[in-house]
Amino acid sequence: MKSNVLQSQAQEAGIFSAYHRPEFFCELMNRGEELPEALRQVQERLAHFDIKELRHRTANAETQLYRLGITFTVYTDREAIDRVLPFDVIPRVLTAEEWAFIERGVQQRVKAINMFLWDIYHDRKILQDGLIPADLVLKNANYCQAMVGVDVPGGVYVHINGTDLIRDRCGRFLVLEDNARTPSGVSYVIENRHMMLRLMPDLASGMPLRSVEDYGLRLHRALCDVAPEGVENPQVVLLSPGIYNSAYFEHVFLAREMGVPLVEGRDLLVENHHVYMRTVAGLRPVHSIYRRIDDAFLDPLAFNPESLLGVPGLVEAYRRGNVTIANALGTGVADDKAVYAYMPRIIRYYLNEEPILGSVETHICAEPEGLAFTLANLEKLVVKPVGESGGYGLLIGPHATESELEDFRQRLQDNPSNYISQPVIDLSVAPTLCDAGVEARHVDLRPFALTGKSTWVLPGGLSRVALRKGSLVVNSSQGGGSKDTWVMSV
Amino acid sequence: MTQLSPTSTGMLSNLNTLLSRYAESMMWLARYMERIENLARLIEVTEAFVRGPDGKTVWETIVQINSDEERFQALHPAATEQDYIQFYITDLANPSSIKGMASAVRENARSARPLISTEMWMHLNVFTRWVLDLDPSDIRRTGLSALCNRIKQDCQTHTGVTEGTLYRDQAWLFYLLGRHLERSDQITRLIDTRYHTLLPCEEEVGSEIDTTQWASVLRSAAAYHAFRRLQPVTTTPANVVGFLLKNEGFPRSLALNLRQTDAVLAALSAHYNLRRQNYAIQERLSELRATLEDQTAEEIIIRGLHEYMHWIQAQIEAIQSEAASAYWPPIEKLHVPECYVEQ
Repeated sequence: MKSNVLQSQAQEAGIFSAYHRPEFFCELMNRGEELPEALRQVQERLAHFDIKELRHRTANAETQLYRLGITFTVYTDREAIDRVLPFDVIPRVLTAEEWAFIERGVQQRVKAINMFLWDIYHDRKILQDGLIPADLVLKNANYCQAMVGVDVPGGVYVHINGTDLIRDRCGRFLVLEDNARTPSGVSYVIENRHMMLRLMPDLASGMPLRSVEDYGLRLHRALCDVAPEGVENPQVVLLSPGIYNSAYFEHVFLAREMGVPLVEGRDLLVENHHVYMRTVAGLRPVHSIYRRIDDAFLDPLAFNPESLLGVPGLVEAYRRGNVTIANALGTGVADDKAVYAYMPRIIRYYLNEEPILGSVETHICAEPEGLAFTLANLEKLVVKPVGESGGYGLLIGPHATESELEDFRQRLQDNPSNYISQPVIDLSVAPTLCDAGVEARHVDLRPFALTGKSTWVLPGGLSRVALRKGSLVVNSSQGGGSKDTWVMSV
Repeated sequence: MTQLSPTSTGMLSNLNTLLSRYAESMMWLARYMERIENLARLIEVTEAFVRGPDGKTVWETIVQINSDEERFQALHPAATEQDYIQFYITDLANPSSIKGMASAVRENARSARPLISTEMWMHLNVFTRWVLDLDPSDIRRTGLSALCNRIKQDCQTHTGVTEGTLYRDQAWLFYLLGRHLERSDQITRLIDTRYHTLLPCEEEVGSEIDTTQWASVLRSAAAYHAFRRLQPVTTTPANVVGFLLKNEGFPRSLALNLRQTDAVLAALSAHYNLRRQNYAIQERLSELRATLEDQTAEEIIIRGLHEYMHWIQAQIEAIQSEAASAYWPPIEKLHVPECYVEQ
C-alpha cells in the first residue's frame, strides 16, 4: 500500500512533468480557477500513465483505425491515399454545466437559423426591416431560387447542424462558424469513443460519461419526423456520391447506424415527381433523403447539367412535397461567413432573446469601413474568403510573412466582397501527446444538432486538435487530429 | 436448407428492400473471392505437379482455363515462367490476375460495406490492400507456393468470417448465388482444360493412365483426399470426371453447387416473394441439373466432354445475365408498380 502511494507521488508529475503551462486557457490544466472535481479526477488518472505506454496505445489505435477502414481519402494527381485521422489518446473533457450551456446555445442558434431560412425564402421580413443587407442574402451564391415559396415539413431547413466552437483566453465559448449544409465528422465522435474505451479502459472506467451511442437512432427519427405528410413508415435513405468520396466511410457509418440503404444517384429514379429506389423486387418509394451531396450536384435538371452524381427530377419532386431532402437546399446562405457577422442580430430578431453563445467580432470587407479597418490592421487579423471551407485560403496575420500580407492586401482590394476579417482568437489548448511529450495544442469543438420535431444535441461533439505546434488550424486536411470528447453527467 | 431462411418475423419490415446494386455487389464479391482462391490453388498445384511429356511445368493450362490465350500471346510471345506468374499474380492490367481480381473485390466490398459485417470488411480491407501492394520481388522472396498458400488461406478466412458473421437476408442469398455459380463454372473449366491435356484420344477413357497427372487435376480442385476416401474407386479419367461433376458430397462438385444454387433461388422465391424474377433462371437450372443426372460420366465423355462443358458454361453465363436483367435491370426497363402510382 505504502509503496503504491510513493509510486503515485513519484508519477504525480508523470506525463505532465514537462507540460508547459501555457498562457492560453487550457481545457485540463489551467482554467484560471480551481479545477472542477470531474476534471481533477481525469487529470489524476492521466498522471499515472507513462509516455511510453501512451505511445504504444496510440500506435495501436492507428493500426486499428487503418484496418477498420476508418479513414478519409486524399486524392493526389496520381493516386488515392486512405488516411487515418490522427487520434489523440488524451480526452477533452467538458463539465455538466459547460455542456448544459453549449446545448442551450446550439439549440437557440439552430432555431434562429431555421427561422431565418424560412423568412428569406418566403416573406423576407428581415430584409425589409433592413437588419441585413438584401444583396448579401439574395445575391449570395448559395441562395437557391428553387426554394422560394417552398414549404418544407415542420419549417425545418437544417436537420443536421454542426456548430464550430472555440474558447478564448478566458474560456468563453464563441461560435467560429456554422455548418448548415452537410456537416461532417460525427462518425469520428462515435468511433473515437469506441477507440477510447478499447484503448484506455483504465482511464474511462467508472467515469460518469454521457453516451454518444444514440446518434443513429435520433437521426433516423428526425428524418422520419420530417417525411412528407401522410406517409406511414417512411423509407429513409442516405444519398452518397459513392465509394470514391473522401467521406465515404462516414456515409457507410451513418447508413448502418440508421439501418437504411446507402444509395447513389444511380440507385434512385424520379417518375411522376415521386422518388423511387431500385431494389431486387423492383422500384420502391423513398420518402426522406439524407443527402451528402452538395446542392449543385443533386439534380442535373435543376442545377449542374454535367453532374452524374445526382438524380434527374429530384428537385421538382422535392418542391412538390413528395420527398424530403435533409438538409434542405439553399441552407448555405445561413452558414455564409459574411452572414455570420449578422447572426447575433438574427437571433435577437426572431427569438427576442440575447444570443447565448458569443461570436467573434467580424469585419465585412464588402462594406467600406470593414475593408478599411482590415487593410489597416492586416497583421493583427485573420482574413477568410467567404466561400471556402476546410481552412483553405485564409490568412493569419501575425503568422504571415511580409509578402503574404502584401499579396492579401492586393486580393482584398481586387475583390473585397470575397473576404471577412476577424481578430486572432487565442484558442484554448488541451494536453496532447506529441513527439516531444505531452504538450499544449489548440483545440476546437463541433457539436452536432439534429432537428426533427425538436432539436437534440449529441453530448460532446468532435474535438479537433491542431497537431502542429502553435498552429490554429484544426482541419484534417491541414494536419489536424481529433480527441474523444467527454461530457460528464455530473 | 434451414440455414437459408430467416426465422424471425422481424424480417418482414425489411422485405424486398435490398438495393439492386447491393445484390450485384454481393454476387460479384463472392465470385471474385472464389476465383482468387481457385487461381491461387491452381498456380500452386501447377508449379508442383503439372508436367508435360518433357517433364516441364505446363503453365499454358492456366492461360487456357482463363480463356486468356489471345491476350497472353500478344503480351508474351516467348513466355517464360516469370511471365506466366506475373501475368496471373501481380499484373494489375490483367483483370483475371490475382491483383486485378483483388481490386474488383475491393470495389465490391466498398459498395457493399454498409451491409457486410465489420469483421468481413476489416479482413477484406487488409487482404486486398496487401495483394494490391504485392510486386514480383515479393513472389521471389516469399516463394510462389507459400505466397499462393497465404492467398488461399485468406480466401478461406473470408469464407469463414462470412459464414460466421454475415446477416442472413437477401444479401447473403445473393452472395451464395455468386459463390455457387462461380464454383460450378470453375469446375467445368478445370475439367475441360485438363482433360484435353491429359487424354487426347477417346480409347483411353476407361483405362488407368498417368495417375500423378490426374491426381493433380483433383488437387487443383482441392478434391484429392475426398476422392481417395471412395476406397475402391480407381483413378480413371471417367472416375475423376464423375467425381468432380456428379459427386453430391464434394463441396466443389458441379452437382452439389447446382443443387445449392437451386436452394438459394427457392429461398429467394419463398421468403422474399421473388418467384416472378426467378422463373426463367429456375427453368434453365432444372434443365441443366436434369442433363447432369441423366448421364453417367462415361456417357458424358463419349458424347463429348468438351462440348458438354462448354454448354454448361454457356448456361451459367445465361443464368448470370438472367439474374442481371431480373434483379438489376437497366433503368429504361423499370416501371413504377401499380400499388405506388399516385391515386
